[in-house]
Amino acid sequence: MAAEKIEILDCEGIDRALTRIAHEILEKNKGVENLALIGIRTGGDYLASQLQQKISEIEGLVVPLGLIDVTMYRDDFGSRNDLSVGQTDIRFPLSDRRVVLIDDVLFTGRTIRAAMDALIDLGRPQNIQLAILIDRGHRELPIRPDYIGRNLPTARNEQIEVEFDAQHTAQAVYLIRS
Amino acid sequence: MNFNPKHILGIQELSAEELTFILDTAESFKEINTRKIKKVPTLRGKTIVNLFFEASTRTRTSFEVAGKRLSADTINISASSSSVVKGETLQDTAQNIEAMHPDIIVVRHGASGACHYLAERLNCSVINAGDGTHEHPSQALLDALTIRQHKGQIAGLTVAIVGDITHSRVVRSNIYCLSKLGAKVRIAGPGTMLPPGLDRLGCEVYRNIEDAIRDADCVMMLRIQRERQGASLIPSVREYARYFGLNEKKLTLAKKDAIVMHPGPINRGVELASSVADGPQNVILDQVENGVAVRMALLYLVAGGEKLQQD
Repeated sequence: MAAEKIEILDCEGIDRALTRIAHEILEKNKGVENLALIGIRTGGDYLASQLQQKISEIEGLVVPLGLIDVTMYRDDFGSRNDLSVGQTDIRFPLSDRRVVLIDDVLFTGRTIRAAMDALIDLGRPQNIQLAILIDRGHRELPIRPDYIGRNLPTARNEQIEVEFDAQHTAQAVYLIRS
Repeated sequence: MNFNPKHILGIQELSAEELTFILDTAESFKEINTRKIKKVPTLRGKTIVNLFFEASTRTRTSFEVAGKRLSADTINISASSSSVVKGETLQDTAQNIEAMHPDIIVVRHGASGACHYLAERLNCSVINAGDGTHEHPSQALLDALTIRQHKGQIAGLTVAIVGDITHSRVVRSNIYCLSKLGAKVRIAGPGTMLPPGLDRLGCEVYRNIEDAIRDADCVMMLRIQRERQGASLIPSVREYARYFGLNEKKLTLAKKDAIVMHPGPINRGVELASSVADGPQNVILDQVENGVAVRMALLYLVAGGEKLQQD
């Protein structure tokens, strides 16, 4: 049977969700003071730079942006076949920052656990918040996002795909049933 | 790409794509070495034994630091303080160590092929840290990473390697590595230190240093191994220094932005004049720094993923 691909969000839908998340981040943190955005490679880093853009349009200030690769902190290191490691690039101290961690899809929560361990090895943020474009459920760890683009109950065997264009702007979110 | 080798025994067996993958992986590990907390939990619970049958400071320390920064437990065994002095064979030593269930054994041995020999007989992973006059893969990889860091890419560059070519495992690994990555390799040394058949490895052979380094992007000087064969192959160290040593004047023949490399330890005043060893074109300490990142990448790739059953 051919895989079924259903569009969940289009480009405008993603843009509206990110605009709302940007406002929510500013509301909760009462502005941009001490705020930093950290995107998880790959996917979350693209969304993080879109969010950075949104926040600067609203507040007129550029919030520092960092990228993190969590491969070295994963718990499934012994069973992965793709061993490629991306670079972590955070050029500001994390101490006493309010860090918003950003990823495209939240599933088991294991990536976020790895990302939090990676962040804490780099410094001691004041707090860590979590922004997610799609929350698809099936958590295996006690992790809860602070900002959610769309809640999307899924079956375990379904897949979520976030499509980016060449400029790394999110174009669409698909649900794939095989 | 999916690349999770069981062993790293030499550059000869690796493809250009695999070499680039190792360098890219090392690039990602470099960042950890600049952090305040220089440790990631990736190899937690893994045991690495550094089994060194030859003297080494740089390579052994580098592998040890690499293992520790990945949270592995590293143990060093050197021949002089082990049961080797009591007459134990290589195979017995290795099998006894393996009975303690290490995950990776990093081996340096004076006999070419010692690492292949062990890889065939042991269940754990083996990384070659230099075997005889055969290969020294991690050195070639750290050299490639250093060249890439300074020149942006390796393809299209001209690299001159000068010294005792016959007895250098560093050269052999570097010829394989640099040629596969698209560089032109030139070799120079005294006639007694040039083995026949080098042209079959795809490099140009020169009898004098001047022609070899003319317009080169990178000059790699080798150590004269005074403790080994080196001394008997040249009339005198002074004569070698005069004809094959690199000084500021000879270096002007290379490109203006050429980099000078040396695998260490340097014989100051022999293969490298002090003014060059400390000069602005030397990248020797970058090589050492990159060595840790390259070895982290090798340990990581060998330890990770599900290994295919090898017969």
